This record gives sequence, C-alpha cells and structure tokens, in this order.
Amino acid sequence: MRNKLIQFCKETPNFMCGIAGYFNLKHPCPPDHRQLERMIYQLRHRGPDGYGFYCDEQVGLAHARLSIVDLEGGWQPIHNEDKTLWVIFNGEIFNHPELRKELEERGHHFATHSDTEVIVHLYEEKGERCVDDFNGQFAFALFDKKRNSLFFARDRLGIRPLYYCYHGEKLFFASEIKAIFAADPTIPRVLNPRAIQEVFTFWAPIAEETAFENVFQLEAGCFAKLQPDSRLQVTQYWDVPFQTDTARFESEEACAEQYRELLLDAVRLRLRADVPVGAYLSGGLDSSTITSLVRNYTSNPLKTFSVGFADKVYDERKEQAEVVRYLGTDHHEIICSYQTIADNFPEVIRHTEVPILRTAPTPLFLLSGLVRRNGYKVVLTGEGADELLGGYDLFKESKIRAFINKVPDSQLRPLLLKKLYPYLALSPTKSAEYARKFFNTDALLSDPFYGHRPRWHISGQNHLFFTDDFRNVAGAAGEERLLKKMAPMLAGLDVFSRAQAVETKILLSNYLLSSQGDRMGMAHSVEGRFPFLDHRVVEFSCTIPVAWRMKALNEKNILKKAMANLLPASILQRKKQPYMAPDILSFFGASRPDYLAYYLSESLLAEAGVFKPQAVSKLMAKCTKVARQGFRENMAFVGILSVQILFDSFIKNFNADTPAALENIKVMV
Amino acid sequence: MNDCKKQIREFIFENFLFDADATALQDDTSFLEQGIIDSTGILEVINWLEETFSMKIDDEEMIPANLDSVNNLAVFIARKKC
Repeated sequence: MRNKLIQFCKETPNFMCGIAGYFNLKHPCPPDHRQLERMIYQLRHRGPDGYGFYCDEQVGLAHARLSIVDLEGGWQPIHNEDKTLWVIFNGEIFNHPELRKELEERGHHFATHSDTEVIVHLYEEKGERCVDDFNGQFAFALFDKKRNSLFFARDRLGIRPLYYCYHGEKLFFASEIKAIFAADPTIPRVLNPRAIQEVFTFWAPIAEETAFENVFQLEAGCFAKLQPDSRLQVTQYWDVPFQTDTARFESEEACAEQYRELLLDAVRLRLRADVPVGAYLSGGLDSSTITSLVRNYTSNPLKTFSVGFADKVYDERKEQAEVVRYLGTDHHEIICSYQTIADNFPEVIRHTEVPILRTAPTPLFLLSGLVRRNGYKVVLTGEGADELLGGYDLFKESKIRAFINKVPDSQLRPLLLKKLYPYLALSPTKSAEYARKFFNTDALLSDPFYGHRPRWHISGQNHLFFTDDFRNVAGAAGEERLLKKMAPMLAGLDVFSRAQAVETKILLSNYLLSSQGDRMGMAHSVEGRFPFLDHRVVEFSCTIPVAWRMKALNEKNILKKAMANLLPASILQRKKQPYMAPDILSFFGASRPDYLAYYLSESLLAEAGVFKPQAVSKLMAKCTKVARQGFRENMAFVGILSVQILFDSFIKNFNADTPAALENIKVMV
Repeated sequence: MNDCKKQIREFIFENFLFDADATALQDDTSFLEQGIIDSTGILEVINWLEETFSMKIDDEEMIPANLDSVNNLAVFIARKKC
C-alpha cells in the first residue's frame, strides 16, 4: 500500500484553491485583468502561493493556488488540446487516475498531471454529464469557447462552494462571496432578509439563497449551463437517495461488513495526496472510525488533531486520549477558552459569510490553524456519519415522539423522552408532562417536517428580535419553498428517513460543510476530506433498512457493528456527545470583548435595521446577569452578533483593497 | 391576583419576550406551545418563583398545570402562599 501511495505522490500534484471569474453577457468587452485581480485577491487565504488567469473578450477566469509539492506545475486555468475549453477548479477528483487512464485510451492527450485536466477531456466526451463520473469534492467553472458558453458544477453534497451574481452586463462567480463584491463597487451589498430569517429558523439558508440579496449559491449536486438568453439553467444531477426499506442484506452483520469495506475504499481514495494526510479526532465514534481505518489498513503516517475546551462541560480530551492511546497516533491539540472564542469570532464570520447561531465553527477555525502550523494541509474528518447513519438525538427524539403518538393517552410512553439528552445539565424531561408538551408529541405524523418541528419552533421564536420592517420584507418563513423543494424527496419516506433527509439537505450541506467545514479549513488553506460522504458510501447508507440504522434507541447501529473489532468497547458504547462550544459564556464575564459595545450598539443595530435595539439591550442585560443561558438565548445572541458583524464587514466597511501588482502570477493564453 | 399576574407578565416579558408588544402574551397562552419558554426557561421560571416568593417547589409540582401560563402560575402562587 505504501508503494502505491508514493507512486500517487509523484503522479498527482494536488492543489487547493479558490476560483473567481466573470462572463460578459451582452457583448464582448476588452479583458479586465484588474477586475479579476481584485476578485481573486479576496481568496488569497484559500490559495496564497500564486494566481493564474485566463482572460479574453468574453470571459475572465482566475485561480488562487496553494501548491503542495510541485511549485512549477498545476497552474490554472487548464485547457484541452485545442484550447477551446478552459476550466478553473477548486477541490479534488479522487478517482482521476482511473478516469485519466480511460481518457488516454480513448486518445486524449494530457498536458499536465493535474486532476483538473480530467474535467476538460471528460467534458469533451460526455458534456455536462461528466459530473456523473467524478468521485470527489469540487466546484468548477468551464468556459466552452466554441459554443461561447459557461458551465458550472458542484459536488454531490456541496463540500466545495460556488456563488454567482448578475450585475450590469456580467455574470460574476467565485468560491466566496467577498470575491464577487470586490469585482465592482457598484454591485449592491444588501443583507437578504429571507435568508436571515431562514437561518433563524432552520439554522441555515435553504436552496440557492445566501445572506446577501442577488447573490446565489449553486446548490449541492447541481450543474448549471448559461443559456443564450443569459439565464443559468440549473440541473440537479444527484440527490441523497434515502429509501424506506429494502431487503437486500442477508443480515445486519453482512450489511455492516459491506459498509466497512466501502468506507475503507473511500478512506483509501482520500489518502491519495502528495502530502501526508492527517485526521481530526473528536473522541467520538465517527472520527475514531476514520482514524482506525487509516491506522489499520494503510501505511499513512498519521497525525491527529483535536480541540479541547477549558470549560469541561464541552471538553472531550479524556475520550480523545483514549483513542490516541489505542491507535498510537502522533496527536496534537488546541485548548479553547472563552477568550479565544470571543477573540476569533469576528474573523470566523468574515469567513462563513452567513450568520450562524452557534460559535461551534470557531474552534475548528483555530484547529485548521494548528494543522497548518504542523505542516499539514489535508485532514480526514468524520463529517456526515450522523446524518446518513442515524446518529443525531433529533432522530431519536423523532422516533420516540412517533412512538408516543401511536398511543397518545399512555402515561408510560412519554417517560421514554427522559432517556433523551442525558448530556444536558438542564433538561425539561424531568417531568413527563413537560416533555410531552415540549416535544409536541401531538404533531401529525404525516407532516413532512415532523422530526424538525420542535427545533424549528424554538429557533423561530427568536424572530421576535426582528424589527417590523425587516419582518415585512422577509415575508413568510421559507417553509413553503423548502417543502416545494423537498416534497419529491420526502414522498413515501418514513418519519426517520424524512428527518435524515431534511438534516442532510439543510444542516449538512448548508451549515456543517460550509460554515463549519470548507470555510474554517480554507481560512488556513487546510483541505478537509470526508470518507462518509463518498457518494458510494452515501448511497449505500441510504439503503440500510430503517430499523437497523437506529436499533431501538441505539444510534449508528450498523457503523458500531462494522467497527466492532477495530475500536475499544468504550468508544463504541459511549453515548453520542454533540459537538458544541460555549456560546454566550464566551462573550460575557472576564472574556467580554470590547467589540460588543460597537457591534451591538444602538446606532449600528439601527443602521443594519435587522433587530430591535431595545430587545437586544434586554437580552444583553439578561446575559450580563447570568451567562449560562438556554438554547434559545444562545442562538439569539450568537445569531444577532453574527448578523451585525456581517453587516459591518460586508456592507458598511467592506474592504476590497488590492495591491497594485499581485505577486507570483501567471497569465494563460 | 391581578397584581400577581402583572408581576408574572413583567418577568416573562423581561426575560423571554424582550421587546415584544403586550399582545404577544395572553394570560392563558401556553409558554411551551408558543415556544416562549424552552427547556432551560422552565428552570428560570422555577428559580424566579423560589427567589421572588420565597417558596420551595417540589419535583412533582413541576408540571405544566402549575407553570405553563400566566393564569396557571398565578393560581399556583396563590395556592402555595396560602
């Protein structure tokens, strides 16, 4: 295995990066290099080692590169044999050696060793459906010179981002919104009330919305083709294929074994890199699984990285140490205090580019910094297992609520809710009556969003902080849009699978992989790779019989069976601890940052126009009095603060300063 | 009783409804069903009752019939104070 990996090192220089560009919609214009420079300079944290450009009268393409080994190779944009196709690409296509071999056999000539070049040649063969053949995490823009058209695509789960915006006679696009805003100061920078309201309900914007008006994301699993009338025709080429029940497995054990083999293959594919690959280790089952597979089945020299918390309510260092001892990894950790979270939060929001309701991305921002300081640039993580294998308490809660719903008068069934959330110091489940009421066990099982009702209900209460004007503009909450979007996917699914599907589409794609994933890694040019999100693994997960995903209340049953001989029993049997960081606690008391007085000042609140200053002031008074607050207050405070930071950084004081001349650039012709 | 309700309403507005207008809360509105109070909010209410009215609330009294609306709270307080 080691020889095989080293061979890949020589063959496949990998480059992490950011992409940006524009397309002239009405008529050809003189190339605007300076505009491209302004855009790509905003993405320098994603690729600080150089900038590649292609620019003609129709299109401008720019690429910020982080070179890992080969400083000379790997420049983008990359073209096909006759330079009629040009592509800028962010991410990885893990199966590119196989694709390349097939394409070479069909007569294609490759000019580079880069996985990016596979795109142009496969596009020549299959057109837009080239995306079906990629196993990877990517976003790219491809200019088809012959047809004078533009093609965008994004990976199936939305691991790598892509945004676009129409302005004037141009279509702008980029890995991050800040690059679009830097293109032209006349592009309106306005907060999007619909998206903010969605964040304050669903925890993330839904579908193509972003935190800014007139800026859209290409959704996960979609490609888009620019039409002659300047419209982008978006096609969803893949969606998470949850199924209610299939009986194709002989036994749970057989299912678990097949799952492990597939996951192992996904891990191996993701170790294809020209640098050593590290792993994040939380101490829980998912990251321990990935670490164990790397340790047991490959010769990758493994460094692991983890976050610890000074506040022991959030700390999992004991569990992490146990896995490290068991697997013998070279381990590194950072310890987060309230102070470090408060100090770094504004910078985190400048990377997320969307309001968030929890500070949880902040420690991951710091963790990617630790990875970089250790000379590592690629890490495997356990993201995705909870959604696809049935790990979250929300699924457990949904299952219990449905169980109670069958016999609503039962005095015993609500007591099951007491089993939920044992990690909460403060829980409503001390009283079965309260639990029944709190979890709304009377909701209709046929409700497509049955599983998410209690969460959305509580989150939605924070709308009371919105000003009347803001609420009027935001209109009704985005539930109808969400339903329209998800109805075909949810039709015919059981309650458990529906909750999984909603969690995967909203929380995983639009929050965990974005605000907590790509943005926190790329802030320090660190690339996360996600074996649980290999599309073959995802497709397999969706066919696991529902009763086996969570057996009674045993979460991630199949994964536990798959790893039975590869992890210590204590890790396998440990109750799931959700990853959380201190929220309000970080901003009050001794660690209270000076900037609160600015961001939450009456004048800035009034200027942003989103929140009622009086209401915010009362919330502040409450937090000042007692910093250990409930879910609702924590979400309200972090959400309000992040909107205000976003307003200040992107609207009021947006900084698009760009050096007169960028260093280390290459212009392709 | 009316003074007591006024006091309860002030507490709920100050701590859970912040700057909402008075119509956001009727005296028979269920705090839980309306999402006004979440899991930790219930404990805040209990804490407030114990501190403000110098009463001790037993586990079996922590039920919606006693705590889940302005009316329920007012009746509960009146009963406990007797």
